[in-house]
Amino acid sequence: MDRRVKLPRRPALGLWLFLLPAAGFLALFYFFPLATIAQVSFARAAGGLAAVLAEVAGSAVVRGIFAFTVWQAALSTLLTLAVGLPGAYLLARYRFRGQGLLRALTAVPFVLPTLVVAAAFNALLGPRGWVNVGLMAAFDLSAPPVTFVNTFGAILLAHVFYNTTIVLRLVGDFWSRLDPRLVAAARALGASPARAFREVTLPLLAPALGAAALLVFIFDFTSFGVILVLGGPRFATLETEIYRQTVYLFNLPVAAVLALIQLLCTLGLSVAYTRLSARVAAPLNLRAARDTRQPLRTPRARLTAGLLVGGLVALLVLPLAALALRSVVRLDAERGQSGPVQTGFTLAFYQELGQNRRNNLFYVPPTAAIGNSLAAASATVALALALGLPAAWAVAAQGSREAKRPDATSAAALALDALLLLPLGTSAVTLGLGFIVALDTPPLDLRASPLLLPLAHTLVALPFVVRSLVPALRSIRPRLRQAAAMLGAGPARVWREIDLPLVGRAVIVAATFAFTLSLGEFGATAIIARPEHPTVPVVIYRLIGLPGALNYGQALALSTILMVVCTVGILAIERLRVGEVGEF
Amino acid sequence: MKAISKYGLFMAALAVALAGCAPAATARATPSGPRTLTVMTHDSFALSADVKAEFEAAHNVTVQFLLSGDSGEALGKAILAYGQPLADVFYGVDNTFLSRALDENIFEAYNSPLLADIPDVFELDPQRRALPVNYGDVCLNYDKAYFAERGLRPPANLEDLVLPAYRDLTVVENPATSSPGMAFLLATIGHFGEDGYLNYWAALRANGVVVVNDWETAYYTEFSGSSGAGPRPIVVSYGSSPPFEVIYADPPITDAPTAAVTGAGSCFRQIEFVGILTGTPNRDLAEAWVDFMLSPRFQADMPLQMFVFPVNPNAALDPTFVKYLAVPDAPVSVDPKAIAANREAWIEAWTAAVLR
Repeated sequence: MDRRVKLPRRPALGLWLFLLPAAGFLALFYFFPLATIAQVSFARAAGGLAAVLAEVAGSAVVRGIFAFTVWQAALSTLLTLAVGLPGAYLLARYRFRGQGLLRALTAVPFVLPTLVVAAAFNALLGPRGWVNVGLMAAFDLSAPPVTFVNTFGAILLAHVFYNTTIVLRLVGDFWSRLDPRLVAAARALGASPARAFREVTLPLLAPALGAAALLVFIFDFTSFGVILVLGGPRFATLETEIYRQTVYLFNLPVAAVLALIQLLCTLGLSVAYTRLSARVAAPLNLRAARDTRQPLRTPRARLTAGLLVGGLVALLVLPLAALALRSVVRLDAERGQSGPVQTGFTLAFYQELGQNRRNNLFYVPPTAAIGNSLAAASATVALALALGLPAAWAVAAQGSREAKRPDATSAAALALDALLLLPLGTSAVTLGLGFIVALDTPPLDLRASPLLLPLAHTLVALPFVVRSLVPALRSIRPRLRQAAAMLGAGPARVWREIDLPLVGRAVIVAATFAFTLSLGEFGATAIIARPEHPTVPVVIYRLIGLPGALNYGQALALSTILMVVCTVGILAIERLRVGEVGEF
Repeated sequence: MKAISKYGLFMAALAVALAGCAPAATARATPSGPRTLTVMTHDSFALSADVKAEFEAAHNVTVQFLLSGDSGEALGKAILAYGQPLADVFYGVDNTFLSRALDENIFEAYNSPLLADIPDVFELDPQRRALPVNYGDVCLNYDKAYFAERGLRPPANLEDLVLPAYRDLTVVENPATSSPGMAFLLATIGHFGEDGYLNYWAALRANGVVVVNDWETAYYTEFSGSSGAGPRPIVVSYGSSPPFEVIYADPPITDAPTAAVTGAGSCFRQIEFVGILTGTPNRDLAEAWVDFMLSPRFQADMPLQMFVFPVNPNAALDPTFVKYLAVPDAPVSVDPKAIAANREAWIEAWTAAVLR
């Protein structure tokens, strides 16, 4: 019915205006640096570009690395979905105390530097971790039964640990606004719960599910720290190989070819996804989450919820707890020091954070580092939303079923949608060097500017912002917009009074992603961070790179502080209400 | 119109912010007020605040540091910024990367008068484009308590590690991804020669050596002598790690829990260099900074900030530093040109022998 209503078309100029900021941003801070570094790299190829291409194409090592990169990413993505979907169901359909906190905590892994996550898993599963020590004591074993470090399993587990939050957020929030009466109707008509899920819920979830799977896959596909630190020297992905070729061998031509391969894979995936998602998106009656979540009434609901909460806590919160615990406990019993061994509770690591014993010029108090991190994160949220909201709106308007014949605007919107994903699939070290060679002339000499950090973070956050918003925007019934237009509202007013209230929840999700992505380590080492303004992850890396109990303890203490800052930040963002479904 | 105007406002703010950078970038050229000297270096750089202040006061200059990643990353950035240098001076290229820096011509020669005080053995670039600043050794470290409890003699040199008594005790870093890992590979190449090092590594592999990708995992996850309390009592680290363990102990201790293996030919000596970046508009200040880095004032500050040795013998050494720091008997060195020429081939051969 909707599609048959004839209305005057929205002026295409408005849509172009909405697309332009994000497109310009991408061109200036992504394509320009990338093209420049590619040009510089290929110019260094002794035998010309053809020789490099032949070298890479003919290399069995590169083929092996490529195959492993795809394989581990596919497996990691499946596992992440397997863990994330039940969790998304839990957060979408049940209402229980502590839900907001659980949701915030599940996002914390996202911000933790890999080295710290390795330390957390090591406290749990390492040779002298709690699990091994417990099993050895219980079964009187002489060697630790669980091997974790340098295994394929460690890579998979860490990927699930990092990325489950993407599924929980993108799918869970969309799910929570699906009308439960649709499933109830299917059930009333005799469908089994499995059939109702398969034939009603799953197709409706498809856009959000596809978006989540795509983002998780790209993250795993370009995985760096997890492969390097937890996987060990027997595993390599394209991203780790690009880094090795760039930094240790300074073989820029080969690195550039590998980076291009990685990029083309990402582009292929995102184009396929964009086409698919435009086809499956359907207008829906979205409901407010508070209307669809049920309290845990029946014992069965309580059991289900209990199991799901238990699973999420064991997988995502336990390693965090191990880390936090380790930051307040001395474990020095095995060390060969004179004098009595001291174990037990200590706040020494936290106190040490506030001291600059050696009068080091580069010392930063933790409060200042947190301030720097929060400033960069806030700037990222503002910039990513300012660019992402209009872009998402234009993409959603052009890509959905309501769109009429494809025209130039529509093609541009869909192209931008696909291109926005590229920074996620780009090697950080390549882009970092791209900034050096491209942004070197005033007024764009940003190479040593503190602005570079939020700009780079925004590149990573933008696809998340757009991915969070587009499914929600597409699900708005065009009828509402058309009615508003009939009553004389201009496009901007339609957007403000129809779209924004309806997607308020998705805006919160988008803001949370931008916040956590910036707070985490993304791009922290790839670009020049001025020492006057180091962010928390930079300081953590500095500390854990030095020997000594106090340095290690301080790194864990600061990581714990980062977890708290992240949790509080997310809870604060979620308190903002941009507008909720159900106000009509 | 709300969204658009909000957006316009933001872009305007961004434009102002961007424009704000422009004067900052060109400020170096203006004669009025204190000038700025920019020093590009790696993330491990550290310095006492008052030492920097002294230089700034003496030369009416503001010194800015760009910490640009680990030593390989920082050097890569300096090379790619050739022609539009990010800074006036680059500090922190070591002898394993020296040839790369020199081949790329990123440094201008500077015949500092202070080089007269510095032993010739440190001067690896006869054209004086890269000037030595400090040195340190990559050595095996061991957990003293582990060996004391078992009545086992701690390892004294590289050869010990392949003995049956030391089976499954050692963790090393991957030379393809780690700077100390590369240095340790070079120690074995220097010590056993190009003909012998692969045999040594094969024996080490047969004796259960574990390889990890980075120093942090080796030291904090696998090594039993660190606060990470791992399972293995021998690790590749630095000669200066034991003093770190004392100075940053909690609670305070008087004796280091770890020690470095310093037997002849078991450590690799890393020398770090400073150079004036080609095309700097502040050549006079850059020269003054290089002289300052080689002077006793700066040199004496380095040991307790970066846990490295000064190359200038006139610099006084802090007693804490000297007490716990083992000086290797005859550290290994390998010609930087040979390193540059063979780095990839050596790593490939090592990977085939140890990992595959």
